[in-house]
Amino acid sequence: MSKVISVEEIVGNVESGMTLGIGGWGSRRKPMALVEALCKTDVRDLTVVSYGGPDVGMLCAAGKVKRVVAPFVTLDSIALEPYFRKARQTGAIEFTEYDEGMFMFGLYAAAHRLPFLPTPVGIGSDVLKYAPQLKTVTDPYGDEELVAVPALKLDVAFVHMNRADARGNGQYLGMDPYMDDLFAKAATRTYLSCEQLVERFEGHPSTLLVSRMHTAGVVEVPGGAGFTECLPDYPRDEARQKSYVEEAGK
Amino acid sequence: MTVTRAEICVTACADAWRGDGEILAAAMGTCSVLGARLARSTFEPDLLTTDGGPLLTAEPIPFGAKAGDVEGWMPFRDHLWLVLNGRRHVMMGASQIDAHGNTNISCVGDWAQPKSQLLGSRGAPGNTRCNPTSYWISRHSTRVFTEKVDMISGVGWNNGAHEIRRVITDLCVLDFETEDRRMRLRSVHPGVAVETVVEQTGFELVIPDEVPESRTPTDEELKVLREVLDPRGLRDREVKS
Repeated sequence: MSKVISVEEIVGNVESGMTLGIGGWGSRRKPMALVEALCKTDVRDLTVVSYGGPDVGMLCAAGKVKRVVAPFVTLDSIALEPYFRKARQTGAIEFTEYDEGMFMFGLYAAAHRLPFLPTPVGIGSDVLKYAPQLKTVTDPYGDEELVAVPALKLDVAFVHMNRADARGNGQYLGMDPYMDDLFAKAATRTYLSCEQLVERFEGHPSTLLVSRMHTAGVVEVPGGAGFTECLPDYPRDEARQKSYVEEAGK
Repeated sequence: MTVTRAEICVTACADAWRGDGEILAAAMGTCSVLGARLARSTFEPDLLTTDGGPLLTAEPIPFGAKAGDVEGWMPFRDHLWLVLNGRRHVMMGASQIDAHGNTNISCVGDWAQPKSQLLGSRGAPGNTRCNPTSYWISRHSTRVFTEKVDMISGVGWNNGAHEIRRVITDLCVLDFETEDRRMRLRSVHPGVAVETVVEQTGFELVIPDEVPESRTPTDEELKVLREVLDPRGLRDREVKS
């Protein structure tokens, strides 16, 4: 059964107040075409869960965001994300700041339908101070205190793949899968954009990152990662990223 | 041969990994990355180093070069597992650091609505809790070396750090080899006065009666650094002599 739908249909499934997970990492393989389309809707009050890059910045700039859940927001080659900074510095958004590994455990927990996963990470740091909802547990076999990272359950996830098929299987061809499969498994509904829809996949089966069992819809958008890196199809467009940052300074 | 300040810094960074053996040397910043690769190229050959991305390179590669032959694959998820596994010594940067080695890369000012939002905590809470951690700070100043950090992203010795080993800056090398684990001046780079370090530090350092000079690289280290790892001299752009 074909799950090919349009960009507009995909963003039409996002409702105000939902929790949206976005794949990629920093300014790498971000589903920017979907994010830009979402910015044009009248959706608001989203909780955005992301290893943040311009996806987070754009949604903040468009006034779509109530809360960001992230360990960082960066453009990689440009360290700081201007629109996220503006939103934080004006108090326009709420922020849940996690460590990168805690964040991964939150996705793992949701992907496995576990209520939480324990980790020593976070103890002693101000991450716990500023996320007072985080609770600790004591190792039942010993006495170590651990942070119980709650499942990061997502209503919707957006992920950008190099290749996909009409059934909704997704393939990455770059060097790093990031956490895209975890976003897909942690979400109630996952939507893929891809550089190219294919009849059959080439390459090693281990590159088939997202299974159709997790996919609600798929769309072909060449250049769909915007100016972010989408190797091997294209590197980051540094000039476009730079003008994005300059625009924010105006 | 005249040794530049940056070359002293790279050598001091390399020394932080001395004795670590077969673990991942994770590094951020030019002199820090070069230090990890210099250590592996010379006195610590069992270290593992990356291409700056997800590849573990068969040999230490020049700064900015393609990976060449690889001996392993380590995407971000595996880095995060490795933090928990512990076979890793990371050298990070810091926007603020205090006398116990607590660091901040998150924001300046009140966290609720910061004056300046920086990166966010990234992997700092996990790195410092689970792995030996050192810091490379390319500009030693009272803005960075502060009495108190605005947000504890990386935990220090007094907040349950696994081990904060060294802090290397453009002026000196610092460690925590004191009874109460307060930051101590370990050595000053050639040409730097102890008073300069004191002036540029916003808290009271432990200063031994005799502060040695940071060592200069050996001829072999200098040759590897200049001819193999950094022939374009990027180190001297990060730290001016």
